[in-house]
Amino acid sequence: MGFEKFGHVSFTSQTKTEAFVDYLSKNEIRATKCRACGRVFFPPQADCSSCLARDMEWVKVEGSGRIISFTKVNYGPTGFEDDVPYILALADFNGIKVFGRISKDTPEEQIAVGKEVKAEAISLPNGQVSYQFLPA
Amino acid sequence: MPKDVAIIGVGQSAFVRNYEGSIRELAFEAYSEAMKDAGITNRDVGASIICSAPEYDKQRSPAGLMAEYLGLNPQPTFALESVCSSSTSGLRAAYALIKSGLHDIVVVLGFQKMSEITSADSQERMGRGADIMWESPFGTMMPAYYAMHARAHFARYGTTEKDLALIRVKATKYGTLNEKAVYRKQLTLEQCLESEYIASPLKKFDCCANADGSSCMILASADRAKEISKKPVWILGLGSGTASLTMTGRDALDGLNCARVAAQEAYKMAGVGPQDIDVAEVHDCFTIAEMMAYENLGFAEPGKGAELIREGETYLEGKIPVNVDGGLLSKGHPIGATGGSQVRTIVLQLRGEAGEIQVPGAEIGLVHNIGGVGIYGNVAIFGR
Repeated sequence: MGFEKFGHVSFTSQTKTEAFVDYLSKNEIRATKCRACGRVFFPPQADCSSCLARDMEWVKVEGSGRIISFTKVNYGPTGFEDDVPYILALADFNGIKVFGRISKDTPEEQIAVGKEVKAEAISLPNGQVSYQFLPA
Repeated sequence: MPKDVAIIGVGQSAFVRNYEGSIRELAFEAYSEAMKDAGITNRDVGASIICSAPEYDKQRSPAGLMAEYLGLNPQPTFALESVCSSSTSGLRAAYALIKSGLHDIVVVLGFQKMSEITSADSQERMGRGADIMWESPFGTMMPAYYAMHARAHFARYGTTEKDLALIRVKATKYGTLNEKAVYRKQLTLEQCLESEYIASPLKKFDCCANADGSSCMILASADRAKEISKKPVWILGLGSGTASLTMTGRDALDGLNCARVAAQEAYKMAGVGPQDIDVAEVHDCFTIAEMMAYENLGFAEPGKGAELIREGETYLEGKIPVNVDGGLLSKGHPIGATGGSQVRTIVLQLRGEAGEIQVPGAEIGLVHNIGGVGIYGNVAIFGR
């Protein structure tokens, strides 16, 4: 499976981090961790910009995160017109920040800066795989 | 306070919805105005820097085309891009070319014909302004990113949608006076607050419009500037910074760190502080961007930006007049031309030639120009 499987609309297919998609299909969201210096990267990187090592292991992003910010998008870019409205959010999972969407069936009162969320892998109707946030 | 490089000429086309001409003709409008303003000919020019965001250009490598059309062969030319801050990145490069002694006079030409491609194509390219691997696949766009910054600012500091609307009301007041602006209608607070959400909490009237336009700055060494120009405007300080393209790489979303870094560097080089600035042009692609600029430039303490606009301190009569030419919100935002247009306003202010929007006795002016959602930040400080 290539990286073109990731996300509602894919813009690129080749990356050394394409195992991210394989983990997603096993219902796991993973970050990379530098085996040399221990720095954790999300989004995952194949290369460490801190120590220049190129030796990564995959670690799970687990537990609950806190919403840093969010927005309800009413006008989507090309390719997303049928998806609107949707909510984009940035959440902090114990120091690992994750960007994504909040599940469409989340009640609006559950969505606020500071609220806790969990992340889950999802399969999309068009055969793509992604992840989304849900109330924790 | 360094006085090594001056601006001796500025020009700008009208910013319009749909320019009825080619990019070369659009560029010529700003170039001819700036060259006449400087009182020089193309033989005096040592090099040119052409600034545009290439995803809008059908012409590949437009610098070559522009050098030919503007009469700047055989001098060197090159393109420089940092999306919305391209032409102030050009300013920085031109300063370095002159300070190094490589050239005496450098032309910085910014242009963008956003209507060159269809609206659908434009939207598709806009989406790719984010990290195309990890963020674009969720359906990101510029208003959504700035909306997330607005929400974070609201949550931390209690800023409101009304505070942002006050910034648009100010912009429209000065837009009515700017004959080169694309949006010239006055809007009321109620009209701003009642407009539809694009990406909450940002509404239609929190967003600037796309436009076609060009701008031109002509820079000269101290010797040449004193020889040619009656009113050179000196580049006193330049600062430039960057921040992560991805939102995940940022410490917080309630300000733009690239702007903080750029401001510190520019103030240090100029030997002045925020309290010394008489007039400023800041990058208000969205109302929240102007609010964050107040704080990131030190015009207000972090979280106190809203007080400045509530008290009218950024109007012409206020403590620190900001965007009294209408800003991007009124002028429109032709990506590659925007920074040069901001610089032009400050140059006219410092020469005392700003007409109805003249800040009396303005001696020191500042330009804040941001590329992408705070990926690139340029701050420049100018003096008489």
